[in-house]
Parts: sequence; structure tokens; C-alpha cells
Amino acid sequence: MSLLTVDELTVTFGGRGRKESRAVDGVSFEVDQGQVVGLVGESGCGKSVTSLALMGLLPDKGVTVGGRAEFDGTDLFTMSRSARRDLRGSKMAMIFQDPLSSLNPVVPVGVQVTEILERHRGMKGEAARKEAAHLLDRVGIPDPTRRLKEYPHQLSGGMRQRALIAMAVACAPRMLIADEPTTALDVTIQAQILELLKELVDQEGTALLMITHDLGVVAGLCDQVNVLYAGRVVESAGRRELFAHPTHPYAHGLLGSIPRLDAPRGEPLSPIRGSINDRIAWADGCAFAPRCDRYEMGCLTGTPQLTEPRAAGHQVRCVNPVLDDAKAEEVTA
Amino acid sequence: MSLLELDGVKVHFPIKKGILFDRTVGHVYAVDGVSLKVEAGETYGLVGESGCGKTTLGRSVLRLVDITEGSVVLDGTDLAKLPSEEMRRFRRRLQMVFQDPLGSLNPRQNIESILSEGMVAHGIGKDQEERREKIKSILDKVGLPSNALSRYPHEFSGGQRQRIGIARALVLEPDVIICDEPVSALDVSVQAQVINLLEELQEELGLTYVVIAHDLAVVRHISDTIGVMYLGSLVEEAPSDALYAEPKHPYTKALMSAVPVPDPEVEDKRERILLTGDLPSPANPPSGCRFHTRCPWAQAERCATERPELRDVGGGHRVACHFAEEIESGKLGLTRPTGIEAVTESEDVVVEQAEDEAEVPAALLPADSTTKPDAAAVKDKVPAAAETPGDRTADAVAKDRDAAAPDASGKEKEQDKTG
Repeated sequence: MSLLTVDELTVTFGGRGRKESRAVDGVSFEVDQGQVVGLVGESGCGKSVTSLALMGLLPDKGVTVGGRAEFDGTDLFTMSRSARRDLRGSKMAMIFQDPLSSLNPVVPVGVQVTEILERHRGMKGEAARKEAAHLLDRVGIPDPTRRLKEYPHQLSGGMRQRALIAMAVACAPRMLIADEPTTALDVTIQAQILELLKELVDQEGTALLMITHDLGVVAGLCDQVNVLYAGRVVESAGRRELFAHPTHPYAHGLLGSIPRLDAPRGEPLSPIRGSINDRIAWADGCAFAPRCDRYEMGCLTGTPQLTEPRAAGHQVRCVNPVLDDAKAEEVTA
Repeated sequence: MSLLELDGVKVHFPIKKGILFDRTVGHVYAVDGVSLKVEAGETYGLVGESGCGKTTLGRSVLRLVDITEGSVVLDGTDLAKLPSEEMRRFRRRLQMVFQDPLGSLNPRQNIESILSEGMVAHGIGKDQEERREKIKSILDKVGLPSNALSRYPHEFSGGQRQRIGIARALVLEPDVIICDEPVSALDVSVQAQVINLLEELQEELGLTYVVIAHDLAVVRHISDTIGVMYLGSLVEEAPSDALYAEPKHPYTKALMSAVPVPDPEVEDKRERILLTGDLPSPANPPSGCRFHTRCPWAQAERCATERPELRDVGGGHRVACHFAEEIESGKLGLTRPTGIEAVTESEDVVVEQAEDEAEVPAALLPADSTTKPDAAAVKDKVPAAAETPGDRTADAVAKDRDAAAPDASGKEKEQDKTG
């Protein structure tokens, strides 16, 4: 039994006379206890909206959420608002992308950390402050008692992200959702933060849903990887399997278009043509078809289903997948 | 004679205080003595983290910011001393592609107007008709349809906008194009298109690029020579392959080891040099070697007092470190922890780290096993697997790891990466 099961999640913006826009179009995946699952995709693929829907942070008006999401045996979308609020921050917590804009600039960091402890763990006064200092210390912020009194602008980018992580792990959540936690940071700081996340997952057995566009981050961190395109999972596999044999033409193309630090120089990259704007609705066929080199007539007859053309547990949503290993190896070699 | 030569370029921004009298209370040392040479037809890559002064340096070459000291010589002319009108005329030969493709295009000008503006200013083309023909041929080169002429920036996607930015630089037929983070605002698949375009154009038109980026992999892919910047100065400069194969400066080593590689095999094996702390403020840079506050190999005396100059260590490889050779040969021990221990410096966390080290074998489960053993189970195994008692210091852990590596510690990092 998985900790989090997401089944055919759809999120539609607009409606009621306004033009509808479907950001998430049937995303399904599972996260087990202690597992790190990656949601990878480019901007506009619906990865952030998925995380917001799971946390219940989408506005009530103008958004329709469909499908099912079960966390620890309870359905997230039929839950009462107050039950949801109890869950959020205690059992499920989120780390946001931009640490400066997700912290309140006019409230000291300490108050923002203790707020969570007061709300969810019923701690008060000195006890809460002590625990907050302990939390900051644990995520590697030096001199935590002084930092608690400071405002977010006085902290460096890496330290702000650490403070956000401290807030997220304050109640020892069973599940962490990290939405591009290192995108705003420099590589050396990114490496520090990724180590910290790894350590938290290893020590606490927290499940981590890692949302990112950076395939390098995924390769080092995630157990299971889901590649999203235009609001649907197009490929899902264990990370070794995925990086060794990318089978969906999109995943395959994505890996071919990244310049690698350890690759021989001089070879041109093999980009995917067009941009994410050139897509069709999943209902009409494969959304990636207009950009795909392996396009054939079968691509436009209804939504392609997830199949396992290569190995058990390696799911691919494509009617004409890349099964030619020689070619795949050329990209990963 | 190189096409573009920078010699001791300094850009200092004054920090002002006071309402009535603008007192200067200090300086931000954004660029603090950079000398480099760019050969014609080459690509020079500048890398570094945010705040290291790479963008300011790029802008100073075009005199978009004032140069405090030093010279920028393009083809025999010192730009730093040119009067502004002559500098304006000179900018035809020096163009820039900016980072934010939407922000650098005027939303109320159509593409023809954007592209012909520079041509008019520099007197290229007799009339609008001739300019239009020229623009059309450039648009074709950068892969945009000619009907783009009458359209506006918002009608294009991010990648196309960046192509417009490149076209704007190209219409003036410059010698040198300075690309400031040309692809960082773009998605990976589009990023590759723009990188390929830049390379094709260079081949076709014999352009010289200075590419400024924070993404080491991108810079390595397109550059012939790479300069690594830290806190306003170059710490290392080398041909692209040499820099990657043998980074000599401790900062470059750390930077290289921090870049994630999209390959789980490589990711699992490699050793990270994690740096402690953050970048110091460029308004108050550390004395001596700028990097000594974070350097894992920092030595007590010399590093804190004497600022290292860039010196040639053979093969066009220049490095600004007193102890590059000693670090290379492994004579110099680490003076700071570099592993995961570096991140969490408190003693009791280090103990847990030692256990984490022992967990690695457990993590090397069959590749496609989707369920990790839960943490409690792993912890149970730990005491048996760990021969490391709990009272070890971070230093000892780091040293042990060095000893466990197959080769001399200087070489092991490259081996990890190439392997």
C-alpha cells in the first residue's frame, strides 16, 4: 500500500464561459514510504500545478480538480477543509522554489518557524523557540539563536532555503513535496541542499516528491522518475532504467539535448524541434506528436496508453517507442 | 595579437550614504583585476556563481558600466579611454545578447523596427528597402520566418525571442558578440536549439564569442577557453578540455563536482567536494586569496595574507592558487571537511554522517527496486556494517575516505568523473 496514490489527476483552469485550459491532464503515480519520486518536465508540463493540487493550495474559484489522490488511506479531495489544514504542514509539507518570496519579509524567521510548531505541535513560548533553534541547527544554519531573530533579507539564498526546509520538517512529516527546491540557487549551494534532503530522507524515512526540470538532480536523488509532458506522465521507470534506456521519444530527446559536463566536446546537441506551444490535446492523440521525429499515423488515434514495451515496471506512453538500444546508448554513452 | 584583450580591468561601484551629501562609504568590488585574451574566431566562456562579477565584466567590455581601472583593447583600440561618441560608433563591432529575451526586447516595437534601429544608428544600408532585405536574410539565418518582420515580441516563444536577440546582434556584422546567459531562461529542449544555432553561426560567419553563464556544462560545450571567476577575479583559465580533465584551483574542483550529471551511474560513484558557507560579500572581500574562507585546502599563513596572481602552469593553463601543485600531488592535506560533513558542522550530526557512509552499500540495491528499505530497517543494519565508532571527527572521516580511494587523492576526482 503506497503512502500517496495519485490517480488520473486533472486540473482545469477557467471554465464558466471562459476559455478552459487543462494544466494537468490525467497524471497518475505512487509514492511509497521512504521513497524519492521525481516529477520531471519542462515549464508548462503541469508539474507545479500537480504539487499545488496535492497540497490543496489551488484557489477554490476558477479551478476544477478531478481524479483521485489518496494519502495514507484517506482521499485528499473529499476531505473537509479543516482536516486538510491539519494535514498540511504536519503530515504533508512542501518546500517551495523561491525561498525569498515564500518567506514573509516583515516577520523574523524565528516567528515563522515557531508558528508551525504552535499550530501543529501545540508548543508555546520558550519550548517552541528552543525547538525552532534546534531545527535550524539541524538543517545546518550556524548560530541558530541569532538567526531566529533575523528577517529573511538578512539571510543568504542558501540559508533561506535551509530555513524553509526546517519549517517543512518541523513536524516530522511523512511526505515532503519539494517544488524545484534548488533552481534559484548556485550549483555549490544546490549540492549542499541536495545532500541535506538526501540525509533527511535517509534518516527519517520521509517520502519525497521531487519536482524539477533538472535531469541531473533527478539522476542523483530519485528512486523512481516520472517524466511529464503537457500534463501527462509519458514515461515512468526506476532512475537507472530510465537514464540507461529512455524509451519515450520525448525523454529520449530531452537527454540528447542536455550538454553534459563529462561528455566529449565537439559533438552538436540533438535538440527537440519546436516548443511546448506546438502541442495537441491528449484527447486527440499524443500531445508530443507535432514535435516528434518518430511520428506516424497511429499517433493521432486517441490518447496513447501506458505500456511496458521494454521491461516490467518501465511504463511508456507511446505507440512508436524508441526500442533501438544502439541509438539510446549513443545518447547516454 | 589577440582580437580582444582585457588587462587589469576593475569595476568598483561606490556605496553612497547620506541625504544631503553623497558620501562614499565603501565600494563593491564587482570586478577586481581581470586580465584575459580572446582570440579571433574563438569562444571564451566565463563561468562563476551569482555575484562573482561575470555579468559586470561582460558589460564593462561594451562600456555599459564604467571601467574604474584597466584597459579593454579591441583590435588595437583601447575602449576604456574612448570618448563616448566614438565608443558608440565602436559598438557596431561589439554586440551583446542578453539573458532575458522578453525583457530586452521593446514590447511596443515590431521585429523589423527592433532590428533596423541599430542599422540606422550605425548607418548600415541606404534605405529601408535595403535594410529589410538584410534583415530578412539574417532572420533566415537564425531560423525565423520572414513574416516575423511585422510581428511583436509577445507573439514569439522564449526560444524564438532569443533568436531575435541574436539576430539583433548579427545585423550589425559585429566582430565580437558577448552572450550573457544566452540560454539560462530557456527550457532544456529549446536550450539545445539555441546552443546549436550559436555554434552554426560562428562557423558560418567566423564570429568571436564571449559566453557568460553559470551552467558549467553549457559553457564547456561551446567554449574553446574557459575562465572561472570567483568574487571579482579569475581563479583559473584553461582550454575547455584541460579545465575539465584537470581542474587545478580548489574552487574549480568544487564547482565541477557540484554539477549534477544526468547519469545515475556517474552520480552514485562520484565524490562531491562540498564547500562550507556562502559567497562572501564583494563589498568586503576577504584578505589574501579571496577563496581562503571556504577553501578546503586553505593554509594558515600565506592564503590569508597574500593574494595569488594568475600564473601559467603549462599548456595554457593559468591558475591563481599558491598551492596548486601541492594539492595536485596530494602533498597538502585537507584543512576543512569537504564531504557531507561540511554542510552540517555540529559534532553530533557528524556521527550520524559516519553511519550514512556505511549505508551506501545498502543503497546500492538492484537498480529497478522501487521500494527502498525503510529507514528503520537500514539503521538496524548500520552498526554491523559500520566499523566506524561514533566519536569520529569530520576530519577523520574525510581522511579515511581519501585513503579508501584507489589512487592518490589528487587524481581520484578526475578518475571518478571520467570513469
